[in-house]
Amino acid sequence: MNLNDYLKHFQVSEEIIRQTMKEALSKGGDYCDIYFQHSIAEYIGLEDNSVNRAYSNIDRGVGIRVLNGNQTGYSFSEIITGEAMKKAAKTAANIAKHNKEFKRVSFQEHFPANYYPIKRSWETVGVDEKIPYLQQINEKAFALDKRIIKVNISFTNSTTYILFTNSEGRITYDYQPMGQISVSCIAEQNGQKEQNSFNLSGRYGIEFFTPENIERLAREAVESTVALFEAGKPEPGEMEVVLSAGSSGILLHEAIGHGMEADFNRKEISIFADKIGKKVAEDFVTIVDDGTNPQVRGSINIDDEGNDTEKTVLVENGIMKSYLHDRLSAQHYKVKSTGSGRRESFRFAPLPRMRNTYMLPGPHKREEIIRSVKKGIIAETFTNGQVMIGGGDFTFYVKSGYLIENGKITMPIKDINIIGNGPEVLKNITMVADDFKMTEGGWTCGKEGQGVPVSMGLPTVKVSKINVGGV
Amino acid sequence: MTIQEKEALAQFIIDQAKKHGADEIALSLANDRGVEIQFRDGEIEQLHEAQQSGLAMQIYVNHKYSSHSTNDLDRKSLERFIEQAVLSTKYLTPDKYRSLPDPKLYPKDLNRNLQLFDRSFDKIETSKRLEMVQQVYEAAKNQSDKIISVAAGYSDGIMNSLRVHSNGFSGIKESTIYTIGAEVTVRDGNARPEDWYYVQSRFINDLPDLKQIGIKAAQGALGKIGQKKVKSGAYSMLVENRAAGRLISMLLSPLSAAAIQQKSSYLEGMLNQQIASEKLTIVDDPFIPKGFSSRLYDGRGIAAKKRTIIEKGILKTYYVDDYYGRKLGMEINGGSSSNLIFETGEKSFDEMIKSLNKGIWITGFNGGNSNSTTGDFSFGISGFLIENGEVVQPVNEMNISGNAKDLWKKLAELGNDSYKWSSRHVPSLLFEDIVFSGM
Repeated sequence: MNLNDYLKHFQVSEEIIRQTMKEALSKGGDYCDIYFQHSIAEYIGLEDNSVNRAYSNIDRGVGIRVLNGNQTGYSFSEIITGEAMKKAAKTAANIAKHNKEFKRVSFQEHFPANYYPIKRSWETVGVDEKIPYLQQINEKAFALDKRIIKVNISFTNSTTYILFTNSEGRITYDYQPMGQISVSCIAEQNGQKEQNSFNLSGRYGIEFFTPENIERLAREAVESTVALFEAGKPEPGEMEVVLSAGSSGILLHEAIGHGMEADFNRKEISIFADKIGKKVAEDFVTIVDDGTNPQVRGSINIDDEGNDTEKTVLVENGIMKSYLHDRLSAQHYKVKSTGSGRRESFRFAPLPRMRNTYMLPGPHKREEIIRSVKKGIIAETFTNGQVMIGGGDFTFYVKSGYLIENGKITMPIKDINIIGNGPEVLKNITMVADDFKMTEGGWTCGKEGQGVPVSMGLPTVKVSKINVGGV
Repeated sequence: MTIQEKEALAQFIIDQAKKHGADEIALSLANDRGVEIQFRDGEIEQLHEAQQSGLAMQIYVNHKYSSHSTNDLDRKSLERFIEQAVLSTKYLTPDKYRSLPDPKLYPKDLNRNLQLFDRSFDKIETSKRLEMVQQVYEAAKNQSDKIISVAAGYSDGIMNSLRVHSNGFSGIKESTIYTIGAEVTVRDGNARPEDWYYVQSRFINDLPDLKQIGIKAAQGALGKIGQKKVKSGAYSMLVENRAAGRLISMLLSPLSAAAIQQKSSYLEGMLNQQIASEKLTIVDDPFIPKGFSSRLYDGRGIAAKKRTIIEKGILKTYYVDDYYGRKLGMEINGGSSSNLIFETGEKSFDEMIKSLNKGIWITGFNGGNSNSTTGDFSFGISGFLIENGEVVQPVNEMNISGNAKDLWKKLAELGNDSYKWSSRHVPSLLFEDIVFSGM
């Protein structure tokens, strides 16, 4: 699709946009942008062996933002007509209170990258075509282990069209696909029940769900569930913690990622305020936040302020390098935006957000790391995490893992929370392996009431000391 | 949209769905609008105005079920949308338990006034909103020179929805909501601990003294200066009323009929059995005037009723919606919770603190999760260490872990201080012998 297709898709013209901008800046605002969005989301679900439910959602609208220094005026309309947009623009304009002449904008098309090409649009894939995937996974899951008593599967996909334009004359667009299959199992053994799940998610088309991936969805969900029958809890307290390669990247997301979002630093409420250029971790620690990984869930061709996305280095060889910037914070720090301005939908103004946050491989071997642990745990899978931005306390919930005793993996463990302090834990990363893996799961990050898709990754890492919940 | 316009649109949607082959249809047409102000550093940081509407509908085609929503209410768009919705439903597997609720379950009386709608909403000027949020801001800011940042926030909303079912139900809901509070960050060496205090009300005149809101947010953050973890071990745990929501959610999720039918509830088969200390009595009351979850019917049009959930620690009922109720052969009572009213105890919060020999007063949970299939839980916490009835120091970076089956039996006492600013009227909760993970 080209610019004309997007203008047609939203039934707007450059002239309507220009008129809206004139209204938005009529009270003297410095800058305005207009964000058109159209999303189509679908879900089908399997429960008790049948695909007996489907949901769909259509969301369409336009958001208008006016900046006046650091101040934001925001309004939106679900009806995309010149008249409705003008009304919303008038509301957003009120953040400014002086007279300034509106300069006629001439638009320059900005061509976005293409990090997530797909073979077939989700809009051409019918419910009937998706149903067999769920039925196959269901059959495989029950066949794999007699202890499985319930299997729940969901298939969700979405397509989002975005058209962005601002008073500096930029006009650009994006087409964002997403596909996800999630499998949840309940198993029973001698009256004891356990539940676990597995999912694959990314900016994929239906071609991603190959026979191999379908097989893996069933197998990983079943195996991770029945493994919990043997699981117990560690003793409570501080101990060595090994994070397995992959979704353990949640450590970075919570311990450092949020603290590096520049709005928190601009407001001086992050524990990482004033840390740029300082040594925060060992030399072998390099952490990036990247919007360019092909087909990965947190990737974006442009951010929601029309800027190119990039691979931003947060920490390089242990030195803190850069925050994640949107337009407002870039303006404050007098730097270029890192293409991190994101929003949940046209209903919200953008904020600096993470994309795919990960650590580059280090010098150690996974086996060497496990051997080095006297008494601790290795964490394998996670459900959720969060952080106090200023205090620096962050947590993440370990769904499954193992005890490590005298360098050997022993008893499985489940359902424990880990809590630590961001800067301290960064310092305490004492080993980093060479086995980097990006998580494949469907993570969504929440901030100020806005959810955005993200991903993360990590090689196997050792943290020398952190608080583990236990009994 | 006026009510008449909504009713006409509802009829159009039902006609379209039937034309394409739907047997039954339920729909809700809702719209809301409101203003949100964030105030920081002595000026408005963001002024946000919203106005939106949407359709949500559930359709049944030969006992095949699907649900759809859209905010594009243009009739031409709706025609396509409904045709597509019915078409995609035809591919699903029929499910004999799927149908609209039995009309006998719909409310008889829709005239009871629950006092959820403030008629003065449209008279509120932006200048008044700004004045309110500024009061909260100033009160917080003036508490200490250790304060780095105060972000005060105000938001309001006015909502109106029409629900129509093709087998004879129609109801209108109107409500207003006001929310105001602040987040405060303070300097503490290299760290910048933060806290918040927010309240909400249905009527603008029911908001409490705005200065006190700011003061509470600031005092919460200032109280965290010097926070550190203490030794792992068993402590009494006093959960402040404002923080107790996390534990309540853990108690509610295994009570749904869906969880029972899907074998994902550790409370399956526990009806009329002791699941908690006999101090615990919880009533679900949808009729509280001005309540945040008050209603005459639920999201399925089923008449709301007062339900005793737990009585002296004995589980009295599950939350049974019509679909899983039919599947389980259980009596349908509506599938979701409304206002939860906890029976309170005798002691004030201060008296409870005084009664602790070695305890931790929890002001907030930080992350963690629980597993409704097994009852396992683990949460991060922050709060204060209490020794011999006195506050010793603020604590953070600690965890509690265990199983909900044991936790609720360790509930020793409830305060007399029910929390007013949520649909969960829960007092402070004292648990004995809880293992904390710290140093």
